[in-house]
Amino acid sequence: MLNASLKELSASLAAKRISSVELTRAFLARIGELNGKLNAFITVDADKSLAQARAADGLIAKGAARPLTGIPVAHKDIFVARDWLTTCGSKILSNFVAPYDAHLIERFNGAGAVLLGKTNMDEFAMGSSSESSFYGPVRNPWNPECVPGGSSGGSAAAVAARMAPAATGTDTGGSIRQPAALSGISGLKPTYGLVSRYGMIAFASSLDQGGPLAKSAEDLALLLNVMADYDKRDSTSVERAKEDYTRDLDAPLSGLRVGVPREHFGEGLAPDVGKAVEAALAQLEKLGAKRVPVELPNSSLSVPAYYVIAPAEASSNLSRFDGARYGYRARDYTDLADMYRKTRAEGFGEEVRRRILIGTYVLSHGYYDAYYLKAQRIRRLIANDFTQAFKRCDVVIGPTSPTVAFRIGAKTSDPVQMYLNDIYTIPANLAGLPAASVPCGFGAGGLPVGLHLVGNYFSEAKILNVAHRYQRETDWHAREPAGLKS
Amino acid sequence: MPLTPEEVRRIAELARIGISDAEVKAVQAKLNDIFELIGQMQKVDTEGVEPMSHAQGAALRLREDRVTETDQRELFQSIAPQTEAGLYLVPKVIE
Repeated sequence: MLNASLKELSASLAAKRISSVELTRAFLARIGELNGKLNAFITVDADKSLAQARAADGLIAKGAARPLTGIPVAHKDIFVARDWLTTCGSKILSNFVAPYDAHLIERFNGAGAVLLGKTNMDEFAMGSSSESSFYGPVRNPWNPECVPGGSSGGSAAAVAARMAPAATGTDTGGSIRQPAALSGISGLKPTYGLVSRYGMIAFASSLDQGGPLAKSAEDLALLLNVMADYDKRDSTSVERAKEDYTRDLDAPLSGLRVGVPREHFGEGLAPDVGKAVEAALAQLEKLGAKRVPVELPNSSLSVPAYYVIAPAEASSNLSRFDGARYGYRARDYTDLADMYRKTRAEGFGEEVRRRILIGTYVLSHGYYDAYYLKAQRIRRLIANDFTQAFKRCDVVIGPTSPTVAFRIGAKTSDPVQMYLNDIYTIPANLAGLPAASVPCGFGAGGLPVGLHLVGNYFSEAKILNVAHRYQRETDWHAREPAGLKS
Repeated sequence: MPLTPEEVRRIAELARIGISDAEVKAVQAKLNDIFELIGQMQKVDTEGVEPMSHAQGAALRLREDRVTETDQRELFQSIAPQTEAGLYLVPKVIE
C-alpha cells in the first residue's frame, strides 16, 4: 500500500478496501518510523490530518469522491496552510502559524486530499541540497550520508522513502527537478504561471513555480490536474482553458523529435550520469523517437544571470521580514533600525543573508545597468535559444544534474560549487518553460540519476506522455532505497 | 571589481542586516567569489537585446480599484510580536 500508485490508492478507497483514515495512519506510522533518520518533515499533526481523512471517508461513502479524495499529500513548508506552522525552513518564521491557505492548499482541500505534513527544505528555497534549513539537513533515503538535493529535498525524500504517496514543491532554479533526480523520483516544474503563487512564500517572483513530486509521470499528471488553476490573486497566473494532463499519457512516441543539446553533455558532466542519460535516449529511440542535435549556446550564462536576477528579486521580497507584524523578533534592541538589523541578522541563515546582500548590491545605485539589466538581456538570449531549438524538436532532453547526490557538507563552504548544481535546470526557469525529471538509472555509489525533459510553453501533457511511455518500458522509477523497503 | 569591506558594510546597512566586524572579511570573500561567477556575463555582447523581465510577455493584469478584503485584523494580529489597541507596536521613531 505504501508503494501503490495514486490510481491504485484511489481504486482501493473507492472499493472500500481501505479507508482514508487507515491510509493516513499507515503513512503517519511510516513517517514516525523514518523521520528521525531522514528529517524530511518539519511538522506533522496527526489530529489535523486524521480529521481531514474522516471528512474524505464521508465524501467517499456519499459517492462524492474525486480523483485525489482521501489521499494524503505532503506539502513543502513554503505553502502557507491555515492553522499549520509554516516556516519556509527559517528561524524568522519559526513561530508563524499561518492565518490563511495558499491557493494550492485550497485546491488540494477542495479535492478532498489529506494534508499529511509540511516538508523540510532549504531556507526560503535557497539551495540545492536541503542543508540550509533552520531545522537541520534532510538526508537522502538512498544513502543517509548524502543530500537529497534541494530545495524541495524534504518532499523528494518523503516520496522516495514512501513516507508520502505524493508531495508538492517549488522550483525557482531547479528546486523540484534536482531533488527529484538526486532522490530517484519524478518531479515536474510547470510552465511559469500555471500554478498560483498565492500563499507560496516568495523567493524570486518572476521564476517561482509550484509543482508536484511523485513516484511516476502518471501520478504527476493527476496531481497537476488539481494544482493548475487560474487564480486572480496571483497577478501572473495564466488564464486558459482547463486541461486533463492524463489525456495523452499513452500516446505513441513514433516520430517524436528529441532535441539533444550538446552544451549539456560537455565538461562538468560526470561520466556515470552521462552514461545513464545516453541509455535513456537509446530507449526513447527504440520507442520511435528521433534524435535531433540542438544548440543552447547561451546555456553556460544561465547560472551567472540567475545569480543576479534571483537574489535581486529575493532582496525585495524578503524585506517584509522585519519583526514588526509576524515571525521572529530579536529580544534586545535600542531603536527601530536596531530591531530590524538584529531581527534579520539572527532570523536569517547564512545563505539567505548572502543572497539578500547580492540582490541589494546589484539593485543599488550605479550598478543596476551593469548587473540587473545585463542579466535580463542574457535571460532573453537564453529564452531565444529555446525558441530556436523548438523549431527543430518537440522536447529537449539531457541530464537533470551534473552528478549524483553528493555527501552532506561537501559543498556548504563553497557557494559557487553549490550553485553549479543547477546548471542544466536554471535555463528552463529563466525562459519560463515546463520541465520534468524522471529516474533513468543509477550512478556512482548506487545513487539515482535523473533524466531532464524540457518542453515548449504549456506542453506539460507532452512531457508527461514521453515520461510515462519511458516508465512503461523501464522500472527505474519503481525502485526503492535498499534498507527502507516498504 | 572586488567588493571592499566598506562596501560590504554599506550593503548590509541598506539591507538592514546587522554584520559584526569579525564577519565582514568572510562575507566579503564569498561575495567576491560569486561576483567572479556573475562577471562571466560581461563577456557577452548584449547590445540591442531587449531585457526580459518576465516569462510571459503580456503586461500584468489590472483589477478594478475596489475593496475586496474583509477585516481580519484580530486574526492577523494574533500572531504579531507585540500589539496594543489594535496597533502593531515597534520602538518609538518620532521624539
